[in-house]
Amino acid sequence: MNLILSAKNLTRSCYALVTILYFTVSQASADWQLNMREGVTEISRAVYDLHMVIFWICVIIAVIVFGVMLYSVIYHRKSRGAKAHNFHENVYVEIAWTVIPMVILIGMAIPATGTLIKMYDAKEADIDIQVTGYQWKWRYQYLESGVDFFSSLATPAEQISGEAEKTENYLLEVDNPLVIPVGKKIRFLITANDVIHSWWVPDFAVKKDAIPGFINESWAVAEEPGIYRGQCAELCGKDHGFMPIVVEVKSEQDYQTWIKQQQLAQAEKAKSAEKRWSLDELMVTGKEVYDKSCAACHQANGEGIPGAFPALKGSPIVQGDPAAHIDVVLNGKAGTAMQAFRDQLSAAEIAAVITYERNAWGDSLGDIISPSKIAKLKQ
Amino acid sequence: MSQVDSQTKSNKKLIIQLVLGTVAMFGFGFALVPLYDVFCRITGINGKLDLTPAVYQAGSASNREIKIQFIAVNNESMPWGFKPMDSSLKVKLGKTYQTAYWAENLTANYMVAQAVPSVSPSEAAQFLQKVDCFCFNRQPLNAGEQREMGLAFNVLAGMPAHIKTITLSYTLFDITAATGKSIADVN
Amino acid sequence: MSTSTEQLVSSESKTHDTHHGPAKGISRWFYTTNHKDIGSMYLWFSLIMFITGGSMALMIRAELFQPGLQFIEPDFFNQMTTMHGLIMVFGAVMPAFVGLANWMIPMMIGAPDMALPRLNNWSFWILPFAFSMMLMTFFMQGGAPNFGWTFYAPLSTTFAPPSVTFFIFAVHMMGISSIMGAINVIVTILNMRAPGMVMMKLPLFVWTWLITAFLLILVMPVLAGVVTMMLMDIHFGTSFFNAAGGGDPVLFQHVFWFFGHPEVYIMILPAFGVVSEIIPTFARKKLFGYSSMVYATSSIAFLSFIVWAHHMFTVGMPLMGELFFMFATMLIAVPTGVKVFNWVATMFRGSMTFETPMLFAIAFVVLFSIGGFSGLMLAIAPADFQYHDTYFVVAHFHYVLVPGSIFSIMAGVYYWLPKWTGNYYDEKMGKLHFWLSFIGINITFFPMHFVGLAGMPRRVPDYALQFADFNAVSSVGAFIFGISQLLFIYNVVSCIRKSNQASDKVWEGSHGLEWTIPSPAPYHTFTQPPKVD
Repeated sequence: MNLILSAKNLTRSCYALVTILYFTVSQASADWQLNMREGVTEISRAVYDLHMVIFWICVIIAVIVFGVMLYSVIYHRKSRGAKAHNFHENVYVEIAWTVIPMVILIGMAIPATGTLIKMYDAKEADIDIQVTGYQWKWRYQYLESGVDFFSSLATPAEQISGEAEKTENYLLEVDNPLVIPVGKKIRFLITANDVIHSWWVPDFAVKKDAIPGFINESWAVAEEPGIYRGQCAELCGKDHGFMPIVVEVKSEQDYQTWIKQQQLAQAEKAKSAEKRWSLDELMVTGKEVYDKSCAACHQANGEGIPGAFPALKGSPIVQGDPAAHIDVVLNGKAGTAMQAFRDQLSAAEIAAVITYERNAWGDSLGDIISPSKIAKLKQ
Repeated sequence: MSQVDSQTKSNKKLIIQLVLGTVAMFGFGFALVPLYDVFCRITGINGKLDLTPAVYQAGSASNREIKIQFIAVNNESMPWGFKPMDSSLKVKLGKTYQTAYWAENLTANYMVAQAVPSVSPSEAAQFLQKVDCFCFNRQPLNAGEQREMGLAFNVLAGMPAHIKTITLSYTLFDITAATGKSIADVN
Repeated sequence: MSTSTEQLVSSESKTHDTHHGPAKGISRWFYTTNHKDIGSMYLWFSLIMFITGGSMALMIRAELFQPGLQFIEPDFFNQMTTMHGLIMVFGAVMPAFVGLANWMIPMMIGAPDMALPRLNNWSFWILPFAFSMMLMTFFMQGGAPNFGWTFYAPLSTTFAPPSVTFFIFAVHMMGISSIMGAINVIVTILNMRAPGMVMMKLPLFVWTWLITAFLLILVMPVLAGVVTMMLMDIHFGTSFFNAAGGGDPVLFQHVFWFFGHPEVYIMILPAFGVVSEIIPTFARKKLFGYSSMVYATSSIAFLSFIVWAHHMFTVGMPLMGELFFMFATMLIAVPTGVKVFNWVATMFRGSMTFETPMLFAIAFVVLFSIGGFSGLMLAIAPADFQYHDTYFVVAHFHYVLVPGSIFSIMAGVYYWLPKWTGNYYDEKMGKLHFWLSFIGINITFFPMHFVGLAGMPRRVPDYALQFADFNAVSSVGAFIFGISQLLFIYNVVSCIRKSNQASDKVWEGSHGLEWTIPSPAPYHTFTQPPKVD
């Protein structure tokens, strides 16, 4: 029964290995990362410390309990001539191993309570940002400065399908990251547009469910500039794994610059509807918008997924009266997964994508939908 | 009575008790629905707010000021314009204030909306009294119609001191299909 | 099944129809009211479901072997994870324990059969119909349920595929089966014990099943309630979980987990019972702390009702709520620890041999405890904000369910197979099955702790590059574990068919009424109650 010997040894060696690996590897390559990160906020560090304390207590208890088992397995085996003793109960021992674990648990509960209370801190925040989860992207609205944009996965489809090589931040990159200043308290007001999502940034130890119809709040004070990446943490449908979160923490000055840039860009976008767009310009922009906002469901070739998402290619709406087509894109379709893109895209982008859909798949009608027309409808 | 008969009798009794227990637990599952609301109301936890007018509590006015933020959210494909007229207000506890939200039906169809409120932090919910709110009623709008919808509220003076900012969000839902039912009916 | 039709129980009275054996042919299985037959059917059904759910797991692990989408689309992946969970929980683990209960409880208490034999038959036969309906959803438009085995609203109501209605009906059917089975177990244990078999003499397996049966009666109806509410929201215009109508998606989570948490104890208490039978036998020493074990199991059952929201720490609960659920959850570690210590104390200063059942039982104690430790870490609410909905949770529950529940089931099967069939199974193959499973399981699930801590969320078909290495390791482990189950199937089938006569006692250290009857156990046993000392 040497196999048994090595099984229990194996378990204990695992612990030794983990311990050694942790100390040597944890700062090194991310690929074999064993542990939670410490993060860049006071809370994330408190959480990390708590996690480590609980972990080590569990390891110690495990070593003791499994150690006794290992001892028994070696020395109390029949093949070694061990004779079975007769004892089968002991009130004092039962009391002891009820009370001692309770005391240990109370010891764990105290720092845990302290950290949780810190998380519920209600001190005044410097900046309030509304975070809304959509299928399958995030929307960030800065309540004071009026900056408002969507943040979608930026990893190209070819990388996901394996046709192109995956780059460093595969699945953890977005087109428009959330930008916040360092050292300031940011209050996140979290809700959802459709199903339950969850906004999680591990480096902040912030995770809060985004629930449609309800508002949740969380907060963070990022202490170091940098780029921090998280993911949606509640199953929300098909592309749950493809709606990451990227937060850029900038210096106060850079943040202010960025805010001004955003406000300008938003004004530009609104104005861009006023100029005249050629068919070619509309098709180019339209394809960009389509690939980012429509292809996930309607597919790059416009053929949709039968039973789930309708085909646009050859569809009566796309080939028929533009008014109906515009209405669906602007206002969505109640009772289906088709969202209203009125607020998500600028007038020019909407005009472009509708033009693209009406001309892209071989059944070109030569239709041009003018951005200014959309702008009037959108107001 | 033979042993088998008395066995069957005692079996029957136990079976009936267990079946009644099962049915009771099924009922309990449904009872959890109103119990959830009651529990939240009593303990004041959860950001759920009453959708019926608050009886104005002539509570003590105080000099304590807090900030209340207003947020508008459109659910799913709700294609209306929907904005708070004031994005935030500094309010004194115990006083009634008036604000409004603006809604516009941007489509070419008659539609009916329901606004659903939510408050953060959740402990503030029981201290936010809505004297009059557009969320009490469904909001029908014709194509292209717009409306300012009023909200009268006061924040009770008893609210815990550590709360400095309240966020009140309204999510606008499209209930055109379910028209005929008001929220009061559903509740 | 080779239950002997000729062998008679020694204490059979003359008035009983002594040549009564099982009916012939396939109708035997449709009409049987015999607890042994029904137990066997539950076990075969569970094995088939285990293979089905396991195949889905292998599809999941194949897709997750490398980053990128290679084999299946994200929506189908969600169907796989959902159905894998539903099938394993409701189709493999629960029916297996019911099968063990059916076989063993009457024999352990000296009763001739279960209290309600016809109800027993119906309880079983509902299951193949319920699961056929569930599995047929793969062929429906929109596909099978894809919203996770926890089916949160509104993903599972407003946004669900049309098959959700069939899913709801299937859940109702499974629930009815479980409730009827639980009633049967309770009435049997309370009313049909042989004279002298007082409650505090009951084998632990009977005690844990008694408590489990009460849990089932208390919570399965709540599950029925929540899926009925879903049905009403989807089809009858109600708004239980829809904020538009004054409802609340979080209400769903509360009601679901009010069922869901006791459910996981339903899946582990019988495992505790099995292990409590096996360790004393192979340590040749009485179970240490019998009364403690009974009280600890009862405490766990009571506590299981007040911890449910530890599955919801990120939902936006107020501070007091989070603290309460954190403390209550940590408290459950105490009686659970007591049980582990009692098993270790049973082994200590015993005279152990390590046949296959004992190997599985000892591995259970070690690996279930590891699952328990990660559970304790998860209970710490502030830390849970980093663990929730990551692979750390997946690692935790797979440790308690696979080397927990599943190992205990396999342990029980190996332990009692000679009693059921009259033949010893192939011990070498049993040990090989054990070692391959043990190694496979740890290679599969241990790395999940790491990727979870590193930040990989659950229920994703693709992942960032830093998670790739451990995912590849997990996938290799999964295939090792999966394929080694073929050894188990082969062993079980050979044991039934080949001859390798087992004694009444089967194992040197066994104690209990079930070891006083011949192997294989006659079709009807204890038609006259035995003497219990």
